[in-house]
Amino acid sequence: MLSLKFNVNVCKNCPTSDCLVKCQYMNIDKDTAREQMVKIYNGEDSFVLHDCVTCYACEEYCRRGNNPFYLITERREEKGILTTPRAITNQWVNIGEPTGKYRLGDVKGRVLSLGFMPELLQLVKGRLFEDVMPSYLFGNDFFCNVVFIHFAKTSIIKERLPVVIDKYRNLGVKEVICMHDECYGAFASLAPAYGIEVPFTPIHYFEYLYDRLKALSDVITPLNITVAYQRPCSARLSADKQHYVRDIMELIGVDLVHREYEDENALCCGEVMGWLYGYDLKYDLQKRNIDDMVKNGADYCLFNCNACQNALSEKVAKRGIKSVHMIDLCRMAIGEKPEMEV
Amino acid sequence: MSDIVRLLANIVGERYVSDQEEEAFFYSRDPGLMPARKPDYVVLPKTTEEIQAIVRLANREKTPVVPMGASLSLTGLAIPLRGGIVVDMKRMNKIIAVNEKSRYALVEGGTSQGALKSYLINKYPRLRHSLPDAPPAATIAANIMIHGQGRLSQQHGFNSDMINGFEVVLPSGEICPIGSASMTSDWFTKGAPFPDLSGLFLGWCGSTGIITKLAVRLYPNKKMRDVEIFLIDDEAIVPEVVFEITHTELAEDVLIFTQPLPAVFKDNHHVSFYITGDTDEELEFKRKILWKALDPFIKRKDGGFMSIPPGVKGSLMEMPQTSAARIADIKKGGGFEYSGPVVPVERYPECARKLTELAVKYDLAYSGMIRIIAGGHCMMYAFAFTFNRADANMVERTKKALEEVSDFALEIGGLYWKPNVDEQNMAIKRMHPNTRNLMRMVKSNLDPNGIMNPGNWEVV
Ligand SMILES: Cc1cc2nc3c(=O)[nH]c(=O)nc-3n(C[C@H](O)[C@H](O)[C@H](O)COP(=O)(O)OP(=O)(O)OC[C@H]3O[C@@H](n4cnc5c(N)ncnc54)[C@H](O)[C@@H]3O)c2cc1C
Ligand code: SF4
Ligand code: SF4
Repeated sequence: MLSLKFNVNVCKNCPTSDCLVKCQYMNIDKDTAREQMVKIYNGEDSFVLHDCVTCYACEEYCRRGNNPFYLITERREEKGILTTPRAITNQWVNIGEPTGKYRLGDVKGRVLSLGFMPELLQLVKGRLFEDVMPSYLFGNDFFCNVVFIHFAKTSIIKERLPVVIDKYRNLGVKEVICMHDECYGAFASLAPAYGIEVPFTPIHYFEYLYDRLKALSDVITPLNITVAYQRPCSARLSADKQHYVRDIMELIGVDLVHREYEDENALCCGEVMGWLYGYDLKYDLQKRNIDDMVKNGADYCLFNCNACQNALSEKVAKRGIKSVHMIDLCRMAIGEKPEMEV
Repeated sequence: MSDIVRLLANIVGERYVSDQEEEAFFYSRDPGLMPARKPDYVVLPKTTEEIQAIVRLANREKTPVVPMGASLSLTGLAIPLRGGIVVDMKRMNKIIAVNEKSRYALVEGGTSQGALKSYLINKYPRLRHSLPDAPPAATIAANIMIHGQGRLSQQHGFNSDMINGFEVVLPSGEICPIGSASMTSDWFTKGAPFPDLSGLFLGWCGSTGIITKLAVRLYPNKKMRDVEIFLIDDEAIVPEVVFEITHTELAEDVLIFTQPLPAVFKDNHHVSFYITGDTDEELEFKRKILWKALDPFIKRKDGGFMSIPPGVKGSLMEMPQTSAARIADIKKGGGFEYSGPVVPVERYPECARKLTELAVKYDLAYSGMIRIIAGGHCMMYAFAFTFNRADANMVERTKKALEEVSDFALEIGGLYWKPNVDEQNMAIKRMHPNTRNLMRMVKSNLDPNGIMNPGNWEVV
């Protein structure tokens, strides 16, 4: 039985209680925050279990090695506190059900994982991927299942993630370049939090792109455009890799606008919030987010996650902002044509 | 050449009449499950006068006359059950006039849905009609004749409610305008404020006359359109959700689908509703009101909106939607049939349970496709099964499942939609005797020789 690593004593002595103090959706002071985390740990009821909107951010806010959001998720499930309409959970349980129908390229020790994001099949092309393609894999057998933390269903993750990891193990891969940061989060954050052994090194695709761009620096033409970065919820599970966004933009001559909702203070795309909590929260998040992009003079919205792009691209377009995925932007910098409409 | 063929050729010209085996084969069947029956003659008239002459000839010869559009109604309604002359209406495909300000189109009796749709897009982009999801070759008059439903049925009722009258050739061969056109040259109502005679023909499957002209109501065609899908895992909740959606009076079409394949659709009921607007503000306003109307379900976690991937959205936005045709070939071998009783919306749970029960019992691929009609007064619940025509056992199982749907529909107080002849007879049997008598009087007075699409709505 997999259990979450969580040291409540660290909370008891925590000087900041940043996890809940920084939460953008609840107004909680330091003492209350600490007290609530301890209550949650002890299995008592807490308003946090009812009011948390599953933005994942406290996973990033806690700098003391605890996993506050995973703990909230566990306790919700134990108490039967649903975050998500049952039908949506059903839908994702079915989407993620392994079917044995996956696609494998010529898999080597180093492999690109496209997880179960069909858009990535389209995006992963050109010189940037030359040194690893056609070593790739795609399909619901490789679906990371991290989405279930939105749904307060860690039981599904505990059941499925080890099986997914076994699939990688059976392929004998040594380095997995995760083309979606939720997938990276599964191996670099969730699996260790539950003590699941990961028999390969997960590499965030930002890091991969950065290294490739450096190798191709002689063919880079600065793009001279201004972008606002749409930092997804899953970036909270790979916060230590987010500096690559700035690093890459510097390399390819892109001006990354400073905005109110950046880094730790980023707002998610709102899509999942709509499933879970309805119109007001979704609309408020999207409006504030896009207003902020417009206010800070972005010409482009830079996406890291295809789901965010699906959720926001039409909406930003209506405000005069074009959409571009990180991979496409990097390809543009080396003179290649983007795959998705920009 | 037989005498009748010669006489028909005199009416329509030699090219447009046949008693040959090849034509007889094609005109003897439709894509559904009803047994084939060959016509003796097939004729393709071009004018109302030609139709009159054909009907008069048939009357003299006591030969059946079966009008046919595209024969896509799937329940054998245009199969000549007693042989005779099949009158293929496709050459009568003119769009005679569009009155933009009074919002109607006057079309001939064989005009296809696709033809009117593209005509309006090109010439009157601010107008549209209630397009069914049938293939574009399906004809407008036939769809009216079987009380079809289309994209505007949630707002305005059956497609047959969305007409402003018609011209019909009676079984005697006489022409009769129905509605305002009986007194003026304008087509603005099908009956009211006078006695509404349209009921003598609508729903009768051509067994009381052949429509040669038809005034179809047109409606505003907004510049923008979008779709949302609300997911529910418990069929018992679906009627409440529909009630809240229709209460807003802001949705265009409301459709529900439930099917086990692909996996993304398994275990849930998908209530999809469309919204339209001329501006972003209008569209967003409607979206907001509709989302908020369903907030209580989200709070109780009884339902939620799903994200629609761009590919899926593309297919949902199609008019007509081709997804039904795609599902139709899941088992390969091109067999697809549904029984679509019209039932009150609150019967949704029973229908959903019956559908899965039958699919398990007969081991069939299935889909439930539901269209809400007239603001929720009723719905058409299609129990759809796909089968491989080359697999006799599967065909038989499908037939059995559909027969069970027929019994079930009556059990739960539903009415058959476009019933095949067996279902018509079951309905007639069950009808109030006075209603049955009235129908018999109508039919025997209009068609004393029983030549019009015999077998259909035959009250004896
Ligand atoms: C994939 C698919 C999807 C469908 N979706 C829908 C849908 O969304 N909504 C819907 O309503 N239907 C739907 N249908 C059913 C059907 O195709 C339509 O109702 C269609 O409009 C029938 O038109 P038709 O020309 O094929 O009629 P036919 O089958 O040719 O005729 C139907 C009846 O009308 C009579 N008739 C034909 N022309 C005349 C005339 N001029 N005067 C008097 N009687 C006449 C015929 O004798 C027959 O009894 C669908 C069918 C398929 C295959
Ligand atoms: S979860 Fe982390 S941030 Fe929160 S109280 Fe515990 S140690 Fe502090
Ligand atoms: S996941 Fe987000 S909303 Fe929930 S407690 Fe953590 S920071 Fe707050």
